[in-house]
Amino acid sequence: MLANQIGYYSLILGLLLSVLLCGISIKDINNNSKQVNQNLLFLSFLQLTFVIVSFLSLILSFIKSDFSNETVFNNSHTTKPLFYKISGTWGNHEGSLLLWLLVLTLFIFLFLIKSREQPKKYRILTLLFHQIIIIGFFLFVLMTSNPFNYLFPTPPEGLGLNPILQDPVLAIHPPILYLGYVGTSIIFSSSLAAVTQNYVSKEWAQHIKKWILVSWIFLTIGIMLGSIWAYYELGWGGFWFWDPVENVSLMPWLTLTALLHCIIVLERRVTLTSWVVILSITTFTLSMCGTFLVRSGILNSVHTFANDPTRGIFILIFLFILIVLSLGIFFLFHKESNKKSNNFFWLSRETSILINNWFMMYFLSVVLIGTVYPIFLDVISSEKISVGPPFYQKLIVPFLIPFLFFMSLGPRLKWIKSRIENKNSLIITFIILVILTFFVIRNLTTDLLLYTVLVSAAFFLFFTTLKELFVKKFNNISQTVAHFGFSLLILSILFNSFLSSEVITNIRVGEKYSYSEGEIFFKKIEEKKESNFNSIIAYFEIKDVNEKTVELKPEIRVYNQPVTITSEADIKTTFLEDKFLVMNLVKGNEYFNIRYQVKPYMIWIWISVLLLSLGGLMSLFTKRYEK
Amino acid sequence: MYGKKVKLRFLFLAVILASAILTIFLILQSLKDNVVYFQSPSEIKSLVELHKKKIRVGGMVKEQSVLLNSNGVKFVITDFKNEINVTYSGAVPNLFAEGKGVVAEGFLKDRNYFLATKILAKHDENYMPPEVKEAIGDK
Repeated sequence: MLANQIGYYSLILGLLLSVLLCGISIKDINNNSKQVNQNLLFLSFLQLTFVIVSFLSLILSFIKSDFSNETVFNNSHTTKPLFYKISGTWGNHEGSLLLWLLVLTLFIFLFLIKSREQPKKYRILTLLFHQIIIIGFFLFVLMTSNPFNYLFPTPPEGLGLNPILQDPVLAIHPPILYLGYVGTSIIFSSSLAAVTQNYVSKEWAQHIKKWILVSWIFLTIGIMLGSIWAYYELGWGGFWFWDPVENVSLMPWLTLTALLHCIIVLERRVTLTSWVVILSITTFTLSMCGTFLVRSGILNSVHTFANDPTRGIFILIFLFILIVLSLGIFFLFHKESNKKSNNFFWLSRETSILINNWFMMYFLSVVLIGTVYPIFLDVISSEKISVGPPFYQKLIVPFLIPFLFFMSLGPRLKWIKSRIENKNSLIITFIILVILTFFVIRNLTTDLLLYTVLVSAAFFLFFTTLKELFVKKFNNISQTVAHFGFSLLILSILFNSFLSSEVITNIRVGEKYSYSEGEIFFKKIEEKKESNFNSIIAYFEIKDVNEKTVELKPEIRVYNQPVTITSEADIKTTFLEDKFLVMNLVKGNEYFNIRYQVKPYMIWIWISVLLLSLGGLMSLFTKRYEK
Repeated sequence: MYGKKVKLRFLFLAVILASAILTIFLILQSLKDNVVYFQSPSEIKSLVELHKKKIRVGGMVKEQSVLLNSNGVKFVITDFKNEINVTYSGAVPNLFAEGKGVVAEGFLKDRNYFLATKILAKHDENYMPPEVKEAIGDK
């Protein structure tokens, strides 16, 4: 009750502070003092505190199961374990937007603290632009998705949280992903501020690079967590489905990765200034578009909590204003700096980074069109289509070959003008790799030519980066680790897809099912009661070709609130392979539908993504490398 | 004559433009081959010719129509005007049940017979794919 009121009024105070901050910062820009008005820092801290208070009071309402709060009523239940009561706070539309707001205010406060050595006007303008975004989100939360709506009379029991969201990985997936998603907002406002101040320079690049890295690391890990969850919870045994909801998180990742590379060129050579600004704007726009598509109910998924058209329209208008504002600022203020010569030759580090950007833009257009086209077609002709994985595979897989090559060669090049050293040994290495790969994957795929070259290209990157790691130990180690992680990622994905096998059958208790590579024995079922669900645990014994037995215990859970049946896959993970068994119940039948999969090198996919982010993390903490 | 710098710039722009056009062309081409159309049982009944392409069929699982044995599952999808027989051997999602909405992906054998390769999972009890909602009308 009380928590409700505190939360609501804190939000309103936070909004008022935003307006106040805008006013003071506009006044402070024209002030001649060298220092940023200390009040700004203080007020920004105060704003953060209010949002934290608001967020904590929502958490408190969830912990106490205070059903006079509509959000709690819709998404919680007294029998739910404490951990999921807390994580349920952001497992719904209203709460997740409050979290978004929290991250927005947190980032601008951190920015103000961390940018003390930057020019005053630039800092104030960043604050101003950021507050505009914050005001937009405050209004959005208060007008369309207030988390503190009051219900009277107080219902005795809540409706419960969607059981498939009751999962430890999914409890941390939203905060991490948001840190990445919302982190791009700081890049957006600061690049706009830099444009107006004509400050898109070496110093700016050095300072904003840290923020790009932070967003990138969180976004990478956030996407990975979502993917891990989909792998074991949705029961299809894959890790990426090219589902529109996944795609909208991949799109900002692609532009952010392009930006990450491009900012290095800006840092070193002060060229590509407009491109960097355009990428910053695009990245944030894509994050916002993602929010729009996911939250408005246009894309149906587990992320669509409740469809409300007014929300979609609000975000759309807000997005439109931001795009017009940013493009206006860009065209009005941006001047290409002519101070330094921006010449470089075809064979140089700059070109290789541009090539990276070209590929990123290509992948982006593929994903964008594949995601948006069905929506577009539905609107103009009401024809319903879906674009499946073959589309993405066909367009992305072949282009990975040159991409991997440039990834291994690019970092060896020097700035401005360069030549490739040891050309012959590289060519010989590659030829040897092609021959070896050919014999390894000869029987594994139908499209032999394409995959032989692709796998060898991935191995090529793998070995060149590995050599780099051992030979030049401290030279640009973060980049090498990240590229090494990427090669490992491609290799594990490829071999995983080549070697995966699955068996699907319907089986009764006590039956044995034999297939070419082994035997599945359904031993027994057991029933178990938990506070918020009843579960059926099945015991399976699976024999493989080598007569090795493994016992797997998949589960079917019947949650009481809301009444939902979920399957919990049982997975035995080793470094070599995952054994994955999931069971489904078909109502009113004695048969259980089971799906048994052997997925080699699954764990390496996660490990390589972690390596990729580790590369980013190292770059964040290394002082400038090279001379 | 233009200076060398201007020429280079033009060349650069031309390369970017050409690659952009090529990209869009490539994407649209493969889009054409790889989209999966969604159809209701009534739409299938009124098809003039049968395509060999993969499609999706959506509607309700007819009451009393699910037959399950060790080989797979047979059921009927209905939109309360027309219906179609579906056979499927593969993993069945949990929320697959008689009287509930379903989307099946696969190939048409004829106007009454559908060979499914995948049955799509739904996330919760209340959720119904918008296509299904439309296919069965506002019932």
